[in-house]
Amino acid sequence: MAKTTPLAIPELEAVEVHGMSRGAFLARGALATGALLGGSAVGPFVRRAVAQETGGDVDILNFALTLEYIEAAFYSRAISKGRNMSGETMRLVREIRDNETAHVDAITQTINRLGGMPATAPKVGFGAVFTSEKTFLKLAQTLEDTGVSAYNGAAPSIRSGDVLAAAGSIVQVEARHAALIRLMRGQTPAPAAFDPALDQHKVLDAVMPFARA
Amino acid sequence: MSDTDTEAGALARLQDDPTSRKRFLRMVGGAGATGALGLLIAACGGSDKMTPAATTTAAAGGQAASASARKNDLAIVNYALTLEYLEADFYERAVMSGQIKDRAVADLAKRIAETERSHVEALKATAKNLGGMPAAVPTTKFDDVIAAGPTKILQTAAVVENLGAAAYLGQAGRIKSREILAAALSIHSVEARHAAALNKLVGHGFKSSAPLEGSIPDGAFAKAMTMEQVLAQVKPFIAS
Repeated sequence: MAKTTPLAIPELEAVEVHGMSRGAFLARGALATGALLGGSAVGPFVRRAVAQETGGDVDILNFALTLEYIEAAFYSRAISKGRNMSGETMRLVREIRDNETAHVDAITQTINRLGGMPATAPKVGFGAVFTSEKTFLKLAQTLEDTGVSAYNGAAPSIRSGDVLAAAGSIVQVEARHAALIRLMRGQTPAPAAFDPALDQHKVLDAVMPFARA
Repeated sequence: MSDTDTEAGALARLQDDPTSRKRFLRMVGGAGATGALGLLIAACGGSDKMTPAATTTAAAGGQAASASARKNDLAIVNYALTLEYLEADFYERAVMSGQIKDRAVADLAKRIAETERSHVEALKATAKNLGGMPAAVPTTKFDDVIAAGPTKILQTAAVVENLGAAAYLGQAGRIKSREILAAALSIHSVEARHAAALNKLVGHGFKSSAPLEGSIPDGAFAKAMTMEQVLAQVKPFIAS
């Protein structure tokens, strides 16, 4: 009897990222992993994925760029489509939107400087989350937590010191966004002592048979 | 950890349940779907059993890490450990003082105290793994801050967390070991979360004219601080 599995973070399933670029593929993988297993699994997923890249820093940056495009579009739409949002929420949304847009610009410039081709903005959809502040903030928290985990997963594979410094500077701001949104939702700003939890050994036994399937 | 238990359960269901497998693949979409599933499994399963070749390379790399690289990383780990000792001691004293009456804020302070203590333990273990001696526990000077009451305590915490986040960011590019870098990054973003939350709770805006104040004090790009800059700022809190 086929029964639908409960997802760890169901609201992530509403996020659609279109496009066949490597960045779009990785972003979909990161979001699907977060939806299925929770934010702490995103870091290891991304870390493994980028470790297999051959394009080096440009591939990692294009993945980050895709995530930033998704976030920037998410907050821009919240500003244009959001309903019944408090003044305090809108002030935070505008600040975050400005930050994410600045991240898009900076990463694009870095890719150009490295001689790479920046990924184009993916087409994205967020379902009906903008109809209430509650559903919007819930997805915002998840996107920010996922972003932190993704950057932390990818950063150790970055080869250039300058690119690593830039990624560190961005992930710190994503973590601040995550904390401020969590605070608004009455959630603890830092859910774990280490962001993300990397110890996945307990799941090994469960996974092995499936790996061969 | 409960997170890991949840993941184990979810992965077990994914393995048994064709519906959820299809759902994952549908979300991932496109030509890379099967590859993404493999990566997910490899990532969650750990590298030791999945890819023996990669593990061998990593082990060889670990052995090949030069003495100077280890010495470099040990100095950074001990620097971070000293900062975490200060933070842990500060929050533990603040909590024990009973000065923070607001229940939610007191709970957060207690939680942060526990987190900083976890960071201390992790960094101590890392220093030992590097074959070094963990930094000594500093004697702190927080009595005046704590006696001054909850507002001063939280204002100090807000500044100290911004300092901590900038301190970790300043070292990220200097760490030689990929594993230690990953650990440092996983602490860095937690300090950033603390910093944003505490600055918000004490009523600071995103930015402030005062240095090290604000929930997103540098805007879109966080600024790093060097060891010298950070140590100058924490000096007033260290007796020896």
